[in-house]
Amino acid sequence: MQMPEPNPDILARKAELVARLRKVLPRDAVIEDPVETRAYECDALTAYKCPPLAVLLPASTREVSDALAICHEMGVPVVPRGAGTSLAGGALPTADSVIVGVARMNEVLETDYDNRFIRVQTGRTNLSVTGAVEEEGFFYAPDPSSQLACAIAGNIAMNSGGAHCLKYGVTTNNLMGVTMVLMDGTVVELGGAHLDAGGYDLLGLVCGSEGQLGVVTEATLRILRKPEGARPVLIGFDSSEVAGACVSDIIKAGVLPVAIEFMDRPCIRATEDFAHAGYPDCEALLIVEVEGSDPEIDEQLDLIEAIARRHDPVELRQSRSAEESAAIWKGRKSAFGAMGQLGDYMCLDGTIPVSALPHVLGRIGEMSQEFGLDVANVFHAGDGNMHPLILYDANKPGDLETCEAFGAEILKLCVEVGGCLTGEHGVGIEKRDLMAHQYGADDLSAQMDVKDVFDPRWLLNPAKVFPLDVSGTRRAA
Amino acid sequence: MTPETEAELATIIKEADGPLRIEGGGTRPIGGASNGARLSTSAMTGIELYEPGALTLVVRTGTPLAEIEATLEAEGQRLAFEPMDHRGLLDTNGTPTIGGVVAANVSGPRRVQAGACRDFLLGVRFVDGQGRIVRNGGRVMKNVTGYDMVKLMAGSYGTLGILTEVALKVLPRPRATGVLLCEGLDDATAIQVLCRALGSPYEVSGAAHLQHGLDGAPMTMIRLEGFADSVAYRAGEMQKLLADSGTFTLETDPDRTAADWRHIRDVEPFHGRAGDVWRLSVKPTDAPGIVAALPGAEAVYDWGGGLVWLLVPEDTGKTAIRQAVAQRGGHATRVRGAGTDAFPPLPAPVAALQAGLRRRFDPRGILNPGLMAEA
Repeated sequence: MQMPEPNPDILARKAELVARLRKVLPRDAVIEDPVETRAYECDALTAYKCPPLAVLLPASTREVSDALAICHEMGVPVVPRGAGTSLAGGALPTADSVIVGVARMNEVLETDYDNRFIRVQTGRTNLSVTGAVEEEGFFYAPDPSSQLACAIAGNIAMNSGGAHCLKYGVTTNNLMGVTMVLMDGTVVELGGAHLDAGGYDLLGLVCGSEGQLGVVTEATLRILRKPEGARPVLIGFDSSEVAGACVSDIIKAGVLPVAIEFMDRPCIRATEDFAHAGYPDCEALLIVEVEGSDPEIDEQLDLIEAIARRHDPVELRQSRSAEESAAIWKGRKSAFGAMGQLGDYMCLDGTIPVSALPHVLGRIGEMSQEFGLDVANVFHAGDGNMHPLILYDANKPGDLETCEAFGAEILKLCVEVGGCLTGEHGVGIEKRDLMAHQYGADDLSAQMDVKDVFDPRWLLNPAKVFPLDVSGTRRAA
Repeated sequence: MTPETEAELATIIKEADGPLRIEGGGTRPIGGASNGARLSTSAMTGIELYEPGALTLVVRTGTPLAEIEATLEAEGQRLAFEPMDHRGLLDTNGTPTIGGVVAANVSGPRRVQAGACRDFLLGVRFVDGQGRIVRNGGRVMKNVTGYDMVKLMAGSYGTLGILTEVALKVLPRPRATGVLLCEGLDDATAIQVLCRALGSPYEVSGAAHLQHGLDGAPMTMIRLEGFADSVAYRAGEMQKLLADSGTFTLETDPDRTAADWRHIRDVEPFHGRAGDVWRLSVKPTDAPGIVAALPGAEAVYDWGGGLVWLLVPEDTGKTAIRQAVAQRGGHATRVRGAGTDAFPPLPAPVAALQAGLRRRFDPRGILNPGLMAEA
């Protein structure tokens, strides 16, 4: 992975930078000791590491603003960091950059049940947003797998999804407003407790911009009343193609499940060895969950069952109780952990049209043979967001490179069938150099124009999203 | 000028030597028309792709909305954001196009539950003010590949580029609809009731209040959609929940429930009546106070109070309306009335970003100049 050469002038001015930052931030909020900054050398994409020049842990929008103004004046790149759970290297530092972490900003600022929103500082974890409102029977809908650890700041930066976004949408559909600090220290308010924008939808533009347009310090999030109940049905098939066709039929039938999850045989087997969820030994299984009161759930599950039966399922198990629901979800929820037991793996995130599922699954199987690496599939089938897991051995020379090449081919296939490189993890550095496969020169240049407007000196979250050769002249300008 | 292809449109833009007035069906002249030469998207028509099993529609922007709705209906699907037809309110003729809907981010009563037009927009193609053909997003449900210019284009009124193709997520039509109706509530009580309804687990897909219903008395409306048994169940639970505030009767006749919500969606109470019409987006519980502070204003509340349609005497109330909204947070747009200041003023740093984007995508300032707030 190519990264820009660190700027020697900035490295030489570290002492001056730190001294200036200490004037506006508490002493313990400026970390410069190389032993301590090492804790920030990577995020959850651990294959790439680089300790930053310094790490800042501000406690307020004001402190973020003061710190950014100094970095801007001195021309120092800034890498915003939520909880560091990015799978795409979205928070990977450069040696000449300062990390601005939001970990100390985790207060709830306002809860309003009448108007159904919560306002939080963005260092708050995803799950603890729901935690703050669940006693009143409310929840925050986006639920990325890392929700116990990941911060709202990172969710906004990557426009995170989750298993339940088939019904409730992803972060951008649940984000009502932000307080954001621009690279020069200017504080802007976008959106709020009302809906939609009076001018351009800058909130929609900022969400998913991977920390390259500003540092989001506060967020107004839509909260929803919890449904009366939810129950899944587990359906096993003797081919992935048939499972894919069943997904399409369920969607077309007018039921709107909250989740349709898919696992293939390699994943089912690994999960069974690990979690003993009692899954059938079959080629593919679906977990379809619906919500409502008990009779409403029964009606929907019966309809789904009727559709599934037309596809000759090898197993069909409707949950009748909370215990049965937990048993059905047990394997799916431990799938990533189970795969980890098998060795190293790379998790992809391409999205495809649901109609292309059978074709793409078939092609991935063929490519697995060609590259000589096993693949397991576990993903959100309802919205076509695939997570092929490629298994490799990090200790075997060349295996990582083969795995990356294989992964790139899968993502190109996703684009080829009308999909995209990443559905919910973000581009970061991981998919940066594949962007030209999805977007043409003018498409990328339009996106970089946006970057130019928000951050003319290209100091925020450097070397992410856009291929370095494509962004070179703008970065140098 | 009425280009038939995207390439033709790009050539027109590149060769343009003066301002252009961008038009879809010409049914939503919000903010007044600019002076430029008329450039219509109405000849770029046709559905490119429709996959009911993937809930996806890709369509050229000049395609009439009615054609899209008919195509979806044949498969039991619909545009869930329920786009409003502005013709009655704005006294315009013409054929509403999907491009116009997206360019103005037009959403109806279901916005409160399902989301706005921008939430269903999966991808766009457009020609910007430099004549560049730009593609962003795609046709899949989840996509975080690069910046989300799809949202930026929705509601930018053709000032950054002219949309040529949009990809939309569609949803199944529900099998049944029920509307709960309660007569006689005052504004403040009605909004409180709607807040409780929307805060319940019963999946309200419409929450409106009319100061004057069809027979003149105030009317509060709550919509529930889904399978018939489920609608009946939720309606019963809702009646129990709200029993202390008033008596809600249930209407389930398909024609009447559809007419009820068309009445709200298209703001029919203000059709054919003199005066300026304003559209306010506010925090729902602020809405009754804002309306009460504006003597002479008549209101239609949608989105549980989050959307307020105001009818005021011509040329009046601008300062008072803008101040009332600014104090509490939100924005106000004059959708009918004279003047070039229909769009809300923006705080300086936001206005600077908006102006910066506009200069980038339309450096010559030829796309709908004068439309939307300028720095």
